Amino acid sequence: MMSHEAFVFLSYAATAVTLAGLLVFILLDGRARRRELTELEAQGVRRRSKSAGGSS
Amino acid sequence: MSDTTISQGWFTSLANPTRFLALSGRILPYLATAAVLSLVIGLYMSFAAPEDYQQGITVRIMFIHVPAAWLAMMCYSVMAIASLGTLVWRHPLADVAAKTALPIGAAFTFLSLLTGSLWGRPMWGTWWVWDARLTSVFVLFLMYLGLMALHKAMDDPARAARPAAVLTLVGFINIPIIKFSVDWWNTLHQPASVIRLDGPTIHASMLYPLLVMALAYTLIFFTLHLMAMRNEIWRRRVQTMRRQAAQSIGGGA
Repeated sequence: MMSHEAFVFLSYAATAVTLAGLLVFILLDGRARRRELTELEAQGVRRRSKSAGGSS
Repeated sequence: MSDTTISQGWFTSLANPTRFLALSGRILPYLATAAVLSLVIGLYMSFAAPEDYQQGITVRIMFIHVPAAWLAMMCYSVMAIASLGTLVWRHPLADVAAKTALPIGAAFTFLSLLTGSLWGRPMWGTWWVWDARLTSVFVLFLMYLGLMALHKAMDDPARAARPAAVLTLVGFINIPIIKFSVDWWNTLHQPASVIRLDGPTIHASMLYPLLVMALAYTLIFFTLHLMAMRNEIWRRRVQTMRRQAAQSIGGGA
């Protein structure tokens, strides 16, 4: 049987790892999407609304 | 112009993704700072709080377990409101909000199950029991995973939006079941001790750290959710631009 301190430590460690993992996943996802947008714009691809002078 | 018209106008203006990106970009740094600050204060208060006379140090698990469980339910409620936005008002960002809340809600539900299990073992003598509270939260976790699978199964987000919204609203029945399961059935899980009609039954020395941690979790949720919504808007823009590029090549050939 683990000590009570070990149960508390595991709970906080699991929470930290899960939330940090979620944050890293979202940050990397955002970076990848922005890179794709930049690449497409560099290739001359424009969104129809933008090329038509729209704002969305 | 009535107040309703004004608020509808503001709400409708948010439907413009570009305007949403600009506004969320301005809000995010403040939201993230508030989340980190409240988390630091909450963690300090959690470890400065006295140990429980019966549970000892394991009561500190409460400060991360209870907010995770609250957020698991709040996240699903946000998704249910967003689903109404998809089905009733056809708000273009409603589906983006519902879809991007899924992994965050799943993470909080997972944490509530895991920390509950790690608290249950030393206090109840068991990792798990199929009582009404634990089972209904486990069902919530499965619903998050199921909805994520539904979105993954369809390439076009517009096609997944309506069935996912209907399924989310049907699944919302589980939220009051989770909340009242400890009152309606005989459970090993304890009944509510904070959100009660007759007021909290926890001593202030433990209630305040718990409330600050709940605030921190809420701010973390909204920070991550705004970030994920921005990513999803960019993802859909990339899809649209690729489709336009493919069509222009196809048309020119």
